[in-house]
Amino acid sequence: MKIVACIKQVPDTTEVRLDPVTNTLIRTGIPSIINPDDKAGLEMALKLKDEHPGSTVTVVSMGPPQAEVALREALAMGCDEAILITDRAFGGADTWATSSTIAGALRKLEFDIIIAGRQAIDGDTAQVGPQIAEHMKLPQISYCEELSFDGKNFIAKRQYEDRHHIVELPSPCMVTALREAVDPRYMTVKGIYDAYAVEKNEDGTEKDKLKIWTLKDIEDELDLSNIGLKGSPTRVKKSFTKQGKGQGVKLEGLTAEEAAQAIFDKMKEKFFI
Amino acid sequence: MSKDIFVVVEQVDGKLQKVGIELIGEARKLAADLGENVCAVLLGKDIKDLTDILIKHGADKVIYVDDEHLETYTTEPYTKVLYEIVKAKEPNIVLFGASSIGRDLAPRVSARVHTGLTADCTKLEIDPENKLLLMTRPAFGGNIMATIVCENFRPQMATVRPGVMQALPSDESRTGEVEEFKVTLTDDDYTVKVLEVEKSKTELVDITEAKILVSGGKGIGCAENFQMLQNLADQIDAVVSSSRANVDAGWIAKDRQVGQTGKTVRPDLYIACGISGAIQHLAGMEQSDFIIAINNNPEAPIFDVADLGIVGDVTKILPILTDKIIAYKAASEEM
Amino acid sequence: MIFTKEHEFVRQLAKEFAEQELKPIAEEVDKTGNFPKEVLDKIAQVGFIGIKTPTKYGGGGGDHRAYAIMMEEISKVSAVAAVFISGPNTLDTLPILNSGNEEQKMKYLVPMNKGEKIFCFGLTEPGSGTDAAAMQTTAVLDGDEYVINGRKTFITAAPVADYIVLFASTDKTQKHKGISTFVVDMKSEGVSLGKPEDKMGVIGCPTSDVVFENVRVPKENLIGVPGKGWITAMKTLSVGRLGIAAQALGIAEGALEEAISYAKTRKQFGRTLAQFQNTQFALAEMATKVQAMKHLVYDAAYKMDMGQPADKEASMAKLFATEEGKFVVDKALQIHGGYGFIKDYPIERMFRDMRVTSIYEGTSEVQKMVIASEILK
Repeated sequence: MKIVACIKQVPDTTEVRLDPVTNTLIRTGIPSIINPDDKAGLEMALKLKDEHPGSTVTVVSMGPPQAEVALREALAMGCDEAILITDRAFGGADTWATSSTIAGALRKLEFDIIIAGRQAIDGDTAQVGPQIAEHMKLPQISYCEELSFDGKNFIAKRQYEDRHHIVELPSPCMVTALREAVDPRYMTVKGIYDAYAVEKNEDGTEKDKLKIWTLKDIEDELDLSNIGLKGSPTRVKKSFTKQGKGQGVKLEGLTAEEAAQAIFDKMKEKFFI
Repeated sequence: MSKDIFVVVEQVDGKLQKVGIELIGEARKLAADLGENVCAVLLGKDIKDLTDILIKHGADKVIYVDDEHLETYTTEPYTKVLYEIVKAKEPNIVLFGASSIGRDLAPRVSARVHTGLTADCTKLEIDPENKLLLMTRPAFGGNIMATIVCENFRPQMATVRPGVMQALPSDESRTGEVEEFKVTLTDDDYTVKVLEVEKSKTELVDITEAKILVSGGKGIGCAENFQMLQNLADQIDAVVSSSRANVDAGWIAKDRQVGQTGKTVRPDLYIACGISGAIQHLAGMEQSDFIIAINNNPEAPIFDVADLGIVGDVTKILPILTDKIIAYKAASEEM
Repeated sequence: MIFTKEHEFVRQLAKEFAEQELKPIAEEVDKTGNFPKEVLDKIAQVGFIGIKTPTKYGGGGGDHRAYAIMMEEISKVSAVAAVFISGPNTLDTLPILNSGNEEQKMKYLVPMNKGEKIFCFGLTEPGSGTDAAAMQTTAVLDGDEYVINGRKTFITAAPVADYIVLFASTDKTQKHKGISTFVVDMKSEGVSLGKPEDKMGVIGCPTSDVVFENVRVPKENLIGVPGKGWITAMKTLSVGRLGIAAQALGIAEGALEEAISYAKTRKQFGRTLAQFQNTQFALAEMATKVQAMKHLVYDAAYKMDMGQPADKEASMAKLFATEEGKFVVDKALQIHGGYGFIKDYPIERMFRDMRVTSIYEGTSEVQKMVIASEILK
C-alpha cells in the first residue's frame, strides 16, 4: 500500500506569550513542532504500514525551507521518504491556494490513501484537507479517530459532536486525522540517524530521503492563477491582539476560610446565590 | 448579480442544530445592512416540517432538499447539493456553523465553487463603504484576531463558531416562502458508505447552555477532585466544565471542554478552579459576564481576565465555600 | 559545544520521553521501589538501551554525545531510569562489543538492546573495588566448562538481571593480569542473590550481592582472551564515567529548574523568593556550575567521538559534575526551605538520588587518582 501523509510545521502556539507592554506576540524563541493533528495522521499512516508489510509512507509538507526539520522528524518516526514543497511563489497563500498547490504536488505521486491532520494550531481552519480532496476529486472524511484497511477498503471512525460514524472508503481516498484518540509514536534513535543518512546511487550521486520540490517541479500540475498570494480569494484586511479586559480584584495571602468568605460575599452581591 | 445571505442549517435525526438558528439571527443584522434577504438552506430526509421553525426565527425564505440519500451526513452528496443550490441561486454570502459537519462541508463546497472561505468566525460585519463581509476570527491559537475579506469571488463564505452569535426568539407571526429544491442523487455519489452509527452512550452535557460554570484545571490535582466542583455546582445550579489538560488526561469527558479546541462559553458566572489560563482557554471563556478565578500561582494569566481573583489552594477553599452556601440556603429557608 | 542535527533530535526525543513517560511515574517508583516493566520496554523501543551500539546488534547507531545528551535529559526527570539505561549502554555492552566474538555479540547484544534481556556488571567484591589484585572470585577450567566461585557485591540490577558480565580470576598468581571476563546466565545452578539493599536513592533499580557456588559455565561464555579481563574492564569504565557525569548534570539541572520555579511562585514578606538577592545569588552560582559541568561532559564525549584519549577528561567530568552536583541539589533544597525536607516536592528525591553519583563507577577519590596519574605522567 502506498500511503501519503501531509504535515505542517507550526509554531507551538501553547508557548506563545503576549508582551504585556506592547500587547504584541512574542514570536522569538517559540519552538517549531509538527502540527499535533498531523502527527496523529502520521501515526495512523505508520500504523497502516506496520499492519500491511511492504507498504510505504511518503510524508509531504509545504512551507519555508526550515520546514525540513519537521520532515526529518517524520522520517525519524519511520516514514520512508519526504517531500518538501517550497518556493517563494507559494508564499502568502490562503487555504484555497495552499490546497491547490499541495494537490498539484500530490498528483505526481502514486497513492492509495492520503492522510492529513484535521487542522493546524496556527491557522485552526481545518479547510486544507477537504479542499485538497476536492481538487483531486477524492472520496474523503474529516475528524478521523481510527483507520484500518480490510484488504479492499479503508474503514474509518469519524467523530461528530454526539456520535461516531463507522465508514467505508474506497481506494484512493483521503482522511483528516484527529489527535484526541491517537498516541503518536516517538522517533527512534536509529530512525534519527537514518533520517539524515545519505545513500550513494550507483552513478555516485547522493540520494537523500528528502526531496525538495519547487515551482518548476510541479508547475505542469498547477494553474498558476491559483497559487500564492495572488491566487488566494481571501485576504487579511487587518490583524490585532485582543484587548484584555480591565483588571479585576486580586486577593492574596488569605486563609482558605477568608478566601471562601470573599467569594461567597461576591456571589451574594451579584445575586448568584 | 450575487444576492442574499444563505444560512446552511444542520439537522441531525430531524433535530435542528442550535448554531443554525444563531446564524439566522446574525444574518438578519447583516441583511439589514445590505438590504438583502435571509435564506435558510436545509438538507435531509422528511424535514419539511422543520422549515417553519427557521422562518419563525428570522429566515425570509427556506430552501430545502428532501432526499433519502441525505438522511445521514456524508461529505460528497451534501457537497453536490449545496454546489447545485449555490450555482442556481448565486447568493452573496453563505454561512455555515463551525461544527464537525460545517467544517467538513464548507471547505469542500468552497473549493468546488472556487471562492474564499473563512473558518471559525467570531464576528461578522458589513463594511459600510464597499458592502464587503468582514469576517473576524481568532488565529495563532487564539493569540491574535484577524479580519478577513473575500473581494473578487462570490459567494463570500464563512463558518461561525457555535455559541457566539445570538439567536432571535421565535416570532409566531412571521411567514415566509418555502421552496423545495430538487437535485438528482444517485448511488454513484456515495463513495463513502456509513456502516454504523454509534451514538455516545453517556448523555452529553451542553456547557454552552449553562448560566453558571464551575470549571476545573490542572490545579485541582486529580480526577476525583471534580466531585468537589460538582458539590459546589449542585448548590448553585451550575454545570461543571474543564480545561483541556484534564480532558486530555482523561479526567473528564470531551464535551465539558472550554477553549479554542473545545467550546466557547459565555455564562453569567464562570468560576475557574486551578486553571492557569492558557490563551487557548481564555479564548473560550473570556466573554463570560463575571469571572472568579482561584489559583495558587499569583502570576497565572487567568487573573488578567478575572473580576475576582483569589490566590490560594482551590482544594481547600472550595469545600468551605460550598459549606457556606449550604448553610446560607438552610438559614434562608428557615426565615 | 559541537552538536549535530541528529544530536538535536536525540535531545528532543529524550526530553519528550522523559516528560511523557517518566515524569508521571517518578514519584511512585521512588515510593514503591518498582519500576514498571512496560516503561522499560518503551525505553528499549525508542533505542536508548544501546544508543551508541552499532545497528547490526540492535543498537541505535549513535555516538558518545548522543549518549550523554540522552542521559542528561532522562536524569533531569528520573535518575533511576538513567541507572537502568546506563548499564547496558556502557558496562554491560562494551566488554562484549570490544572483546567478544561475532556470535557472542549477536547472542547477547541484540536481546539486550531490544529490552528482552537485562544484564548486570559484576566487578566489585566485598574486599575489592578498584583494587583488582585482591579479587577473590575464581574461574577454574574443568573440561569444557569453567567452575566459578566467589561473591560480587553492590551489583546494580542483579535481582532483575538475566545475565551477568562477570570478572573472575583464572590465574591468581598473575594478579590483575589473571582476570578474565565471562557472561553468566543468572539462572545457572549455583548462582544466588543476596538481599536487595535498602538504598538511600535511585530507588527502583534493585541492587544486591551475587554469590557463585561451583557454577559451571560453558567455555564459549568466556569473552575475549583469558587474562585480558582487567583491561577489558578498564576500557569500559571511562565511558561509564561519562554517563554518570551526564546523569549528575541532569539531576542538577532538574534541581535547578525546580528551584527556579519554586522561587518564582513562593512568597515571603510580600515578595517572591526570586526577588530576594540572596536567592538570586544562589541561583546564579548554581546555574554557573551547571554550565561548567555541561562543558566538561560534552568535551569528554566529543573527544571520545573523535577517537581521542579521554580517560582523564571523563574522570574530570565525573569528579566535577558529581561533587558540584551535590552543591546544586543542596542549594536547591535550601531554597525550598522546610518544603524541601518533605516528600511533597521532587527536590527531596533529587537530593537523595544525587548522592550516589560521586560513589558508584569509581568514587571521587578514584577519579582523582586517574587524573593525577595522567597529569604526573
